Amino acid sequence: MPRLMYMSDWDGRRWHDMGGQDAGPVPMDGHDFALWEKRIDALMVLCGQKGLFTVDGLRRALEDMGEEAFETMSYYERWIAAVNQNLIEAGAYSLEELAGRMDEVAQRGPTYGEAQGDG
Amino acid sequence: MAERVRVRTLTPPGHVRAPWYLRGKVGVIERPLGAFANPEQLAYGLPAEEKPLYRVRFTMADVWGEGAEAPNDTLDAELYGHWLERLDAHAA
Amino acid sequence: MPHDHHDHDHVHPEGLSPSGHPYRTDNDAPLSYWQRMEIAVRELLVEKGHVTPAEIAAQIDAMDARSPANGAAVVARAWTDPAFKARLLENASEASREMGFDIGPLHLIAVENTQDTHNLIVCTLCSCYPRNLLGLPPDWYKTRAYRSRAVREPRAVLREFGLDLPDHVTVRVHDSTADMRYIVLPARARGTDGMTEAELTALVTRDSMIGTGVPRQP
Repeated sequence: MPRLMYMSDWDGRRWHDMGGQDAGPVPMDGHDFALWEKRIDALMVLCGQKGLFTVDGLRRALEDMGEEAFETMSYYERWIAAVNQNLIEAGAYSLEELAGRMDEVAQRGPTYGEAQGDG
Repeated sequence: MAERVRVRTLTPPGHVRAPWYLRGKVGVIERPLGAFANPEQLAYGLPAEEKPLYRVRFTMADVWGEGAEAPNDTLDAELYGHWLERLDAHAA
Repeated sequence: MPHDHHDHDHVHPEGLSPSGHPYRTDNDAPLSYWQRMEIAVRELLVEKGHVTPAEIAAQIDAMDARSPANGAAVVARAWTDPAFKARLLENASEASREMGFDIGPLHLIAVENTQDTHNLIVCTLCSCYPRNLLGLPPDWYKTRAYRSRAVREPRAVLREFGLDLPDHVTVRVHDSTADMRYIVLPARARGTDGMTEAELTALVTRDSMIGTGVPRQP
């Protein structure tokens, strides 16, 4: 769980660096992945192969998103946020282009199936 | 004879791969792994130097002291050379 | 993970991967902000020539083809072929490629379980996993509980997985902190002497290659 502390007392340990901390039982439930999640995974791998950014860049963005994101977003939600962060930094497209496309996607329909495009 | 190393007790703010729970702990080099691009530079989209990487073995007693679950169990982790201090430098 | 929202098990005809695997589709759930971002990012990358739809489909297909069955085949070969086992322990990447598995740039180390040694794999900093051989990791591997506790109380964690190790067995935990990935070569079960490599493959579970389990008994 997030631990509140005054930053002036912080020792420098970052939230993701969790080896050895106390935690509860390991949750054993699992699920498989949806198409949009598999697409995010594929985009990450391809962006790495094309030299747009590295898996270390992905991890850096995930870490910088903070503990609240870890607790409140699903795995691939965090991944697409981190992929996008790296692509913006790499200049692959602009925020203006992203904003316009996300708005356009929303106009296509209320579900992923209607909005997903054919890529 | 296995080479003893201590993990440096550094606390930079950014993306590093040396886990907090191993900082300051003493282990032995299990095997050298070769040189790899430094993730501390790759993470920021920068050209990265090649850094030597080692697999270092600790006993659970080394890491957790008296509180170890089983003192002779071991923990292996990969650590870059710039995070390690050699303790046997004067032995030879 | 309480925040996963995959309540829909329906498989739609259009929800098939190129290899024919059914996707667990979320196609009829309300479009989320992050799904909109995925669609937008993917389309922009295609339009700007960074990737093609065919490359994305091929990559999804390649990941779908990676599963614990690949690792099980490697393990069963090592159980039946001492020379292969020696090569696996020397260089698990090359040994996996020798068996025809496309593992990309994966740097793989195999660690061997014996009568007195049990190995366990974790990644405390994120969730590094030998995905190019075994496919995507199970959800529990990515949890705070597993990442936090596996390095400090591995025996207690193993008991939660139903594995109660005797004191004379040394536990070796491997934290995947950098460029290597790990696979456990589990000990071959007793009573399997006459079994073929294919029969042995069926005994090797995903968890037995992470170290949170042991192979099935025949």
